[in-house]
Parts: sequence; structure tokens; C-alpha cells
Amino acid sequence: MSKCLRLFATFFKIGAFTLGGGYAMIPLVQREVVDNNHWIGEEEFLDLIALAQSAPGIIAVNTAVFVGYKIDGVRGLIMSVLGATLPSFLIILMIAMFFTQFRSYPQVEAVFKGIRPAVVALIAAPLYKMAKSAKVTWKNMWIPIAAALLIWLAGVSPVLIILTAIVGGLVWTAIDNL
Amino acid sequence: MIYLQLFLSFFKIGLFGFGGGYAILSLIQHEVLRYGWMTPQEFTDIVAVSQMTPGPIGINSATYTGYTACQTAGMSDSMCVLGSVVATSAIILPSVIIMLIICQIYLRLKENRWVEGSLKALRVTVIGLIAAAALLLMTPENFIDWWSVALFAMVFCGTLFLKMHPILLICIAGVMGYIIYN
Repeated sequence: MSKCLRLFATFFKIGAFTLGGGYAMIPLVQREVVDNNHWIGEEEFLDLIALAQSAPGIIAVNTAVFVGYKIDGVRGLIMSVLGATLPSFLIILMIAMFFTQFRSYPQVEAVFKGIRPAVVALIAAPLYKMAKSAKVTWKNMWIPIAAALLIWLAGVSPVLIILTAIVGGLVWTAIDNL
Repeated sequence: MIYLQLFLSFFKIGLFGFGGGYAILSLIQHEVLRYGWMTPQEFTDIVAVSQMTPGPIGINSATYTGYTACQTAGMSDSMCVLGSVVATSAIILPSVIIMLIICQIYLRLKENRWVEGSLKALRVTVIGLIAAAALLLMTPENFIDWWSVALFAMVFCGTLFLKMHPILLICIAGVMGYIIYN
């Protein structure tokens, strides 16, 4: 299969199975893009999450742009963005046209009651491995913990946290170079 | 001209929608109610449908709004589909342009000492961001009873120890949900 088609198929799969917003796609992207296709490395994957999160717009589209462009330029970008978008587009179009009552089916609701806690586990489980590739140590562990608490308990915007981290990194580099 | 309005509104949403998902919803709500494209009740339906269907909430609502807005205006089915296409492309376009620029800067400058320094700090911080995402989802709506906790534990172990594919785990959890709750 050509690179373009592989990009399309991979992001179609990711788009079709991402339930519950931006972060829910992280485990899928990690498995498909990092582990299976080796399109990007572990460190680059973390950079990608930070960039996709701090740029405006839809995180899934931002991710598709990054990977598609890196693998096959603008052509790759178009294929991966199309792949990521088409599943939701087609499903929602069907619902808008035929099943406006979709939500009231108890069977659908039952399936989703099972999926919701599963999605939370999918996000939480790879944290330890990711912390290792991000080089989190006992000394700098306070940074991710503080970031998580600020977002979770104080409702601070992740974008603000990312900007603070960038400034912090620059200051650190400056001190290191003195 | 409803297509132009749809395009401009959703382009704006894509451009200023920082932070993804639910942050975008309030922007969409504002635009959609301003033009009377749908009632507040219909908007609540979109949110519910988005939560139950795969894919980004931004795309889901753009597609749905594009269709319904044309329908409310009394247009034919195929014109409504065109409305969906216009709204969906409009919300994607800013992401594509901005991310493409960011991407080029990143790939060119990632070896630069200063960029490398901030990326190092960023990587460590992102772990906290992801942890926060998981914590924020641990709500009573997502964990309704002990079955939820059991499903959480099952998927957690399946990912960590058995390295099962996320898609397989989502399907298993869906089937289990059907058996338990239906």
C-alpha cells in the first residue's frame, strides 16, 4: 500500500474509534502511528501532543496535519486530514438525515455506558511509559503533578500551562548557558 | 447567503477554538444561536449525539449544524449536504493552515538549543496534561456504578499488561455495556 493510502487508512481508523474528545485519541495515535507504523518517535509524539494542543482548532485535525505532513508533505497532510474527518462527517450526516431520534435508543445508551469508563482507562494506562520517554525523574516530577492539579482542581487552561512550560524551558536554557 | 454565513462562522470557530472539544462548544453555541440556525434544545441534542458518536466534537457539530441550518431554511436534501460540507471544511481550514506553519517551524528548528530547551520542559509538562484529562473524565456521569469501575480496571490492565489494541478494548467494553445495561 502506498504511503498516502496508509495515512488515509490509519487516520480513518483513528477517527472512527475516537470517542470522547481530543485526549481519547492519544492511545490510538500512539499505537497506530508510533508503535505500528513508526512514523514518529516517542519523544516526537510528546512534542506533537503539546503542539496540537496549543494550536487553535480541533486536536485530531492538528495531529493529522503534523503526521501527514511529516510523512508525505502536503499530499500526505490532505490524506490524513480527510481520513481523520470522514468517519465523523459520514456518521453525523446519516444521523442528521435519518436518525434524529438516535439518542433515545436504550441499546445505544447501554453500549456507551460500557465505553465511557473504558476510554478513561485508555488515557490513564500509558501514562507511566510516557513519563519515562518524557524523562520525568524524581527531581522534576513536581512539574507534571502541578500541571495536572492546576488543570484538574483549579480549572487553569492547558494552553496557559503549555505557555508557562515554554517560558520555563527558555529560562532554564538561559541559566544553563551562563 | 447561508453558505457564506456558515463558512465564516465555522472558520472563526476553528480559528479561535483553543483547547479542543468542550472549549469549542461554547463558541459554536454562540454562533449557532445568533443566526437562529437551531433552537437551544437542538443544540443540546448535538452535544449528546457528539458524545455518543466517534470523532471530534468540533467536526460533529459543524456537520450537524450545516445540515440543520439549511433544513431550517427549507432547502432540499442535497443542498443540506452541501451545507454540511461547507461548515465542516470551514472549521478544519484554520487548523490545517496554522498547524502546517507550526509543523514547518518545528521540523526546521527542533535541533536549535533554545527550542530544544523549551521542548524538554514541554514534554515533562504534557504528562501532567494527559493525567489531568483522565482525572477530569472521572465523573459520576462516566462512572455510574461498580460495573464502570470493573470495566475501567479491565481496560487498564488490558492496555498495560496485555498490550491489547485500544480499538479491540473499546469494542469489548461496548459489548459488555450492552450485556450489563440493556
